[in-house]
Amino acid sequence: MAKAPLSQHKFLLIFLSWWAIWAFLQVSLLIGFGLSAKTALIDSLVSNTLVALSCGFLSNNMQYYLPKKERYWYILLISLSLSAIILLACKAILVPLLSEKADGVAYALFFSKSWPVRFDIVFLQVGCMAILSVLWYSSEEEQENRQRRNDAERLAREAELFKLRQQLAPHFLFNSLNSISALIGSRPEQARKMIQQLSDFLRGNLKKEDQQWVPLSEELQYLELYLDIEKVRFGHRLDTQITCGEDCMSSRIPPMLLQPIVENAIKFGLYDTTEAVTIAIRAKIEAKFVIIEVENPFDPETSRPKKGTGFGLSSIQRRLYLLFARTDLLETRVADNLFTTIVRIPQPENIPAKPAIDNTQTPIA
Amino acid sequence: MSNNTPVKAIIIDDEPLARMIVKEYLGFYPGITIVQECGDGFEGIKAIQQHHPDLIFLDVQMPKINGFEMLELVEEPPAVIFTTAFDEYAIKAFENHAVDYLLKPFNKDRFDKALRKWLDQRATRGSDLITHGGNTEELLETASQSPTQQQRIVVKTGGKIKIIPLEDIHYLEAADDYVKIHTHNGAFLKNRTMSFFEKTLDPEQFVRTHRSYILNVQQVTRIDPYEKDSHLCILQSGAQVPVSKAGYVKLKAVLGL
Repeated sequence: MAKAPLSQHKFLLIFLSWWAIWAFLQVSLLIGFGLSAKTALIDSLVSNTLVALSCGFLSNNMQYYLPKKERYWYILLISLSLSAIILLACKAILVPLLSEKADGVAYALFFSKSWPVRFDIVFLQVGCMAILSVLWYSSEEEQENRQRRNDAERLAREAELFKLRQQLAPHFLFNSLNSISALIGSRPEQARKMIQQLSDFLRGNLKKEDQQWVPLSEELQYLELYLDIEKVRFGHRLDTQITCGEDCMSSRIPPMLLQPIVENAIKFGLYDTTEAVTIAIRAKIEAKFVIIEVENPFDPETSRPKKGTGFGLSSIQRRLYLLFARTDLLETRVADNLFTTIVRIPQPENIPAKPAIDNTQTPIA
Repeated sequence: MSNNTPVKAIIIDDEPLARMIVKEYLGFYPGITIVQECGDGFEGIKAIQQHHPDLIFLDVQMPKINGFEMLELVEEPPAVIFTTAFDEYAIKAFENHAVDYLLKPFNKDRFDKALRKWLDQRATRGSDLITHGGNTEELLETASQSPTQQQRIVVKTGGKIKIIPLEDIHYLEAADDYVKIHTHNGAFLKNRTMSFFEKTLDPEQFVRTHRSYILNVQQVTRIDPYEKDSHLCILQSGAQVPVSKAGYVKLKAVLGL
């Protein structure tokens, strides 16, 4: 439920200041009409306190009840009736109280002459408060709705990304286990090595879930692990080239961003071809961007790169948009039988050298 | 082994280590000879035509054409034991149609069980696992519900294999026991039924407008009234496809008319 505006310190202070100003103005006005200072003060204090209490009541009340339809008629009606009640209460309190003074008869006459003006002013005050409250609660509600929508969207997005990520992993995992099973009989040493590689890969995969940004050098090392496992599976067919200058080794990138791109390259470059293939990963720094290119051959007979993002890269496109609010960071290029994915990752000048989250690990360079 | 003639087997898998383990387990059966190992479906088809094996071990996910597509192109498929790592659609297809399959990684006991099952069936029936009871079409029908399967149709033309992307198809036409697939690059025959394609192709893109015709709605330029109760659909290529009364209703629904 939305919080009442007057429950906040700042708004309560403003509200009380308003009340003091109105009270002061009314005192000055009444003295101007010839009332004694004391009478004017009592009149002003009583009527303005009543108005203030009503306004407080009104804004608090709307927290619990605000009609969805007909809310403007509701405002008008409640303002009118509250104003009438205030005025009647003023009369009931002030006339007997001030009639005992010397100018008693004159005051009763003054009050009955001034009531339309009083009603106008009270109605305006109460009406303003009612409208402000409605606006306040509407915007609070809107904000809550937006928050909820965002949360729902984020959850859906995470689930979707998780699902996208899961698509390739089981296949990779079971096939790797099958390779290990085959190696155990003839080459147990190599089987042991592959178990080690697979474990490191899975461990890295688990660890990444809770990290924010990772150094490029670490990500590349992790990808090499993945590619090494694929090399065992496909023997002589796979060759990899990773080039990364010293200057961009320390640049930072979001985790799990390069891996789907490389998996995509493997999917079309290795799983869908029969010849020897080279998968190339190149990284460089250019004007506050780290630019990473992943290049793979493909078989034009069986798979056609589609226009735009090509192949299955739309989730990476979406991810980049969510991270940087830009759609121009992912690019693909098709030349002969080579497919190249180019991703540009902005490097903020003041990325902390070490995010608070991964303070337990040693940097690998 | 009840038969005296040696049993011929072929292993088709794109991963050398995966072939190695099948070879290792088969080493315990001296009556079975591995006549060839293949790294992809094209090689597999050639090897099957050349050797006429009794049994093949077939991986599903392979380059160029997958195991199911390969099987579609073999005229008299031998008995098949599938080997696959993870593919929910494939597993559904195997389970529903009584073909044995090995989920990678598998141990020797499981392998022996599959092989014994096949040997028993062969001894009693003398026929192979997959071809009896017309299971192939049903198997492929289930398997083709996989999202990766729906993207293309594989045909054999003049001894060559051609992969047709679905967007290249204009329309399909019944032709006796075959279906004629009309595309940008001419027409191809495929040994399947019209109802097979009606079931496996995306119904939002391919509509059976007539008993003998299925058309790609993206190719439609105009629909003209024809004789009583029927229409004629004009495609971008200029081809005219008959539309029956029931077909017209379906076509209008898909086109949102």
